[in-house]
Amino acid sequence: MEGRAGIVVDRLHVVRGDADVLRELSLSVERGLVTGLLGPNGSGKSTLMRAIVGVQRVRGGAITVLGLPAGSPALRRRVAYVTQAPSVYGDLTIGENLRFFARVLGVPAGRIPDVLETVELAELVDRVVNRLSGGQRARVSLASALLADPELLVLDEPTVGLDPLLRRELWSTFHALAEEGRTVLVSSHVMDEAERCDRLLLLRGGRLLAAAGPDELLRSTGAPDLDAAFLRLIEEERR
Amino acid sequence: MSPRVAGAVALRVLTQLRRDPRTVGLLIGVPSLLIVLLHELFSGREQVFQHVGGPLLGLFPFVSMFVVTSVTMLRERTTGTLERLMTLPLAKLDLLCGYALAFAALAAVQASVVSTIAFALLGLHAAGPVAVVVLLAIGNAVLGMALGLFASAFASTEFQAVQFMPAIVLPQMLLCGLFVARSEMADWLRVVSALLPLTYAYDALARAIADEFDGRFAVDVCVVLGATLLALVLGALTLRRRTD
Repeated sequence: MEGRAGIVVDRLHVVRGDADVLRELSLSVERGLVTGLLGPNGSGKSTLMRAIVGVQRVRGGAITVLGLPAGSPALRRRVAYVTQAPSVYGDLTIGENLRFFARVLGVPAGRIPDVLETVELAELVDRVVNRLSGGQRARVSLASALLADPELLVLDEPTVGLDPLLRRELWSTFHALAEEGRTVLVSSHVMDEAERCDRLLLLRGGRLLAAAGPDELLRSTGAPDLDAAFLRLIEEERR
Repeated sequence: MSPRVAGAVALRVLTQLRRDPRTVGLLIGVPSLLIVLLHELFSGREQVFQHVGGPLLGLFPFVSMFVVTSVTMLRERTTGTLERLMTLPLAKLDLLCGYALAFAALAAVQASVVSTIAFALLGLHAAGPVAVVVLLAIGNAVLGMALGLFASAFASTEFQAVQFMPAIVLPQMLLCGLFVARSEMADWLRVVSALLPLTYAYDALARAIADEFDGRFAVDVCVVLGATLLALVLGALTLRRRTD
């Protein structure tokens, strides 16, 4: 399993304030697939993602990412992380933001037009980020993450507030990246995005409810759609 | 530590400043105006202007860069860009050096403009070389930047960050010897002033202007450099890769 697994989380325990956000959480994410991390707000999705990229203080357990402990300096070039709130410089233009991140990553500036093409922002390259819509800002943040051609992409709700057409295109981008052998972990609280994933991790209250492919999940719960399947899993857990 | 990354950070900070011409205008215009004001205020007492004006223009960059850095760094923390940087191949030292380079460059412009106004137009006189005064001003800017960086860790809003200026900068200005000579201070105030880095920054400036490059000047410069390094180390400790 170690060889195939992009991420292995073993009995992860995270405390924020006085509350256990993640408790004895164990799961794995396969390489070369688009894995959806689903769950309601507050289920611990963002905390898990932060722990995977090595910026979350953890109380216990271990995370192995691409065969190395999470947060290893060697992973900083191989793993890209996009936060929920677009973390780019609002007072700079799209091009200035990308040139900065490209320099930090040591990536040639020639990559910039490619990633802008992917997120469909090429014609806005000289626009100051603060003057963009929320969805456009999220795409600048995503474009910055694509610069280094990462092996693992950790994307925290990257499609929130985007129009349906662009959402569909971004999802096909995620699949194209996965087909090249990259690992893509995408979080969402919208169930209709679940069916676009190869595999799902359902998180609730800091615990893993289920880990399966969408079809498998429908079969095992006998539910008509993924929304209903999630609901049945919650009810089962309560009993 | 990578010069490429530090350079990228410096370039980015300077680009952000270029996008905010009003701030740059204020950073250069306000100290220029203040030095003119000071000159007019003491128009009948040229000696006072000669005594205060020189050191003061070397201390302006300290104040400005303290405020600009603490707000810039706070923004970096609150908008999530710092967290992103912490996931990238960037050493904390690269970030600090990048900031230092950018603000030192800005301080060089600020100090040059204000010095030109003071020395060429207002008749301020320096026995020592003006270039050394400008260099000391740049050093003070880096000290202000390092302290601002450290202070920003304790602020959660821009209001708080700005309030650190009167809290950290003003007492140092009052006690450094500019307004009242240290020899005339009450004993306990003299002890306090001996613990504050700006006291040494002021003394170095006063000696450079008087062309007194003695052992005491060397001590002053070493203390300012040491305090800058200490503040940078403390600032680096507040930059954490892993947070709650």
